[in-house]
Amino acid sequence: MSVMGINEKEMFASGHRACAGCGEALALRHILKAAGEKTIVAQSTGCMEVVSTPYPQTAWNIPWVHCAFENAAAVASGVRAALNMKGDKETNVIAMGGDGASFDIGFGSLSGALERGHKFLYVCTDNEAYMNTGIQRSGATFPYANTTTSPAGKVIPGKQQPKKPLPFIVAAHGIEYVATANVANLIDLKNKVEKALAINGPSFLHVLVPCTPGWKIDASTTIRVAQKAIETWAAPVYEIEQGVLKLTQKPEQKPIEEYLMMQGRFKHVTPSIVEKIQDYVDKRKKFLLENDGKQLFDVLY
Amino acid sequence: MTEKLVFNKGAIIHEPGSTMKYKTGDWRTFKPSIDNSKCIKCGKCWMNCPDAAIRKTKEGFFEIDYDFCKGCLICEKECPVKCITHAVEEK
Amino acid sequence: MVKNVVISGSEAIAEAVKLCKPKVLPMYPITPSTLVPERLADFVFDGELDAEMIHVESEHSAASALFGAYATGVRAFTASASNGIALMHEIIPIISSARFPAVMSVANRTISGPINIWNDHSDAMSERDQGWIQMYCESSQEAFDTIIMAYKIAEKEQVSLPVMVCIDGFALSHVYEPVQIEDQKKIDSFLPSYKPKTYLDPKKPTTVGPIGFPNSFFEFHEQEQIAMNEALAEIPKVHKEFDNEFGRKYGNGLIDLIKMKDAKYALLANGTSVGTARVTVEKLRSEGKKVGLIKLKTFRPFPAEEIRKACKNLKALGVIDRHVSLGSEGAMTLDIKSALANEKCKVEGFISGLGGRDIDTKRLKKAFEILEKGEKGIWLK
Repeated sequence: MSVMGINEKEMFASGHRACAGCGEALALRHILKAAGEKTIVAQSTGCMEVVSTPYPQTAWNIPWVHCAFENAAAVASGVRAALNMKGDKETNVIAMGGDGASFDIGFGSLSGALERGHKFLYVCTDNEAYMNTGIQRSGATFPYANTTTSPAGKVIPGKQQPKKPLPFIVAAHGIEYVATANVANLIDLKNKVEKALAINGPSFLHVLVPCTPGWKIDASTTIRVAQKAIETWAAPVYEIEQGVLKLTQKPEQKPIEEYLMMQGRFKHVTPSIVEKIQDYVDKRKKFLLENDGKQLFDVLY
Repeated sequence: MTEKLVFNKGAIIHEPGSTMKYKTGDWRTFKPSIDNSKCIKCGKCWMNCPDAAIRKTKEGFFEIDYDFCKGCLICEKECPVKCITHAVEEK
Repeated sequence: MVKNVVISGSEAIAEAVKLCKPKVLPMYPITPSTLVPERLADFVFDGELDAEMIHVESEHSAASALFGAYATGVRAFTASASNGIALMHEIIPIISSARFPAVMSVANRTISGPINIWNDHSDAMSERDQGWIQMYCESSQEAFDTIIMAYKIAEKEQVSLPVMVCIDGFALSHVYEPVQIEDQKKIDSFLPSYKPKTYLDPKKPTTVGPIGFPNSFFEFHEQEQIAMNEALAEIPKVHKEFDNEFGRKYGNGLIDLIKMKDAKYALLANGTSVGTARVTVEKLRSEGKKVGLIKLKTFRPFPAEEIRKACKNLKALGVIDRHVSLGSEGAMTLDIKSALANEKCKVEGFISGLGGRDIDTKRLKKAFEILEKGEKGIWLK
């Protein structure tokens, strides 16, 4: 009897060099369990690529390809085209990238691959900064977070811009399935991967994954922090299926301070900043609740 | 790694899962242990280990693979019945 | 069935690619390469070529999709020029270090700036360090033939390096010449289907593109250098086989010698300027001058030994470089000066035809005059 119906096979082997308590490695482990062995992963440069393939060793028990930072979606397009020409309709193609690779530098190639309608799943594992290069700000960095390029300075207290709404931008491409997930809810993640892979076209998954050195949290609290992100609505969990928004969880909202105080990257926040962040989170929550169940996007595929 | 390095054509690695030759267990500062007498076999520890360093036993309990456990202690944090505790790793 | 047609250099390339039966075609348009993807699109959309065309959103993605297709074990092709090649710059060496035998046509156009759509070799020359075999074509027929030979050379086990087949933008890409399109069956027997030993396969999982630490990177690069040396031997072999099969030869595939036997002064050129140089040499010969021409077909790997042999009895060699490494000299001039460092023959570089400036017999005659006078090479503006 497997634990909660989860595939027991490990397709991401131990011995990888991820930090103790790495949220991304955990998410990856379960995404692959849901996808199964008939999967090819095309990965962007980033933490996962670096920790999993130190030549001559590899943590991957499935076929895996890495080319560069901004092109996982383009490489995946080439892989899928080749599989099509070989008559292979069964093998899953999953393109994976962090937030830097997906929100920023790989944005164009992601958009192109979505537009072309290839059958592939793009997974963005979001730890809200360029972590592999030492915690720099990305388009996905949470407002007011301290990163090395958006530091909690004497004049400017952390990142000043809102978080780029990538799942909505992806959904606007008219694809059939977009979802956000969280490493604190691995069964939900599993279900969403399965749903996404069943689509006969592009699908997109955004997974929030805490980073222990980047978020400045204790390694043991990875799941607790991720869970708090859901409870405070800092990272809402939803699907956009056939263009219709469906909130997966509508928890009783906890004050944002509970999320912020768990992480060193927010230790500089003053009460007035907390108020601003609370306002930011409340506005996003309001938008989602008002549009829950509504057809927000035209479906083109 | 005392194996002699072989340079595969195109730097392609033909040995899947070969990171298991690298025992990340020696990264540990804290060493978790599971008390089976309290364990309810829910599997949350196994599920939440980023390193797949917890194995299911034949009896349905869970045992930590100390070759790979990095001592992050997520398992201890997530256990609903607090049957996992830790001590400082002895060197 | 053999067909004799009058088509442009670009269309000749598309016809040859079609006969090589690639399975995946990532394509992005850029002047003057665009006729190649357009013609290939005709073939695919009319059902004449069974391939999946990927209309990528940038050249960087074209090279990336090419990488993905080869990683999955199929023959593929893309085409670009100028800034498109520049945009691929990051991915180009990743394709060669993975040892994928890709083929790409380059319709040589200058790299901006200022922005300029006309012919010079700065696009391909900027990639000369990156581990791709680089060959230049003088005619539409040669372009057709070279595409087919390129796949064969690239796919040789001991080579396994990608190939850039270069045609001069507008000067060849858009020029109509007679081309013999060969029979599919004959091409199939010359170039059998691509069967790689390793590719992404759930039944036999491999990891492509790991980190190469300092303890391995050097050796991987050395393997590519060794493969380049193998290519120096394989390129003439494949050209000989092609000549035996189809009755057309291009020197030995690395260089061709025109009136070099008793020449005292010679020019070295690549691409369409070879044609102009042939005419110039004819004219000067008729005036009694002992002049010759070396056509450089293969620039990478650089055929140093062949050029040394060819220049043995020369007083001076003028290199017609459609490229300049600003702050130094033209790429071919630098390689040739290095190859002939200990030889008696003098080498002078003539920067020519940048940004589509014409290279005519007048300018090439000037180059010969300068060589005869023992003067330094100039920018042949």
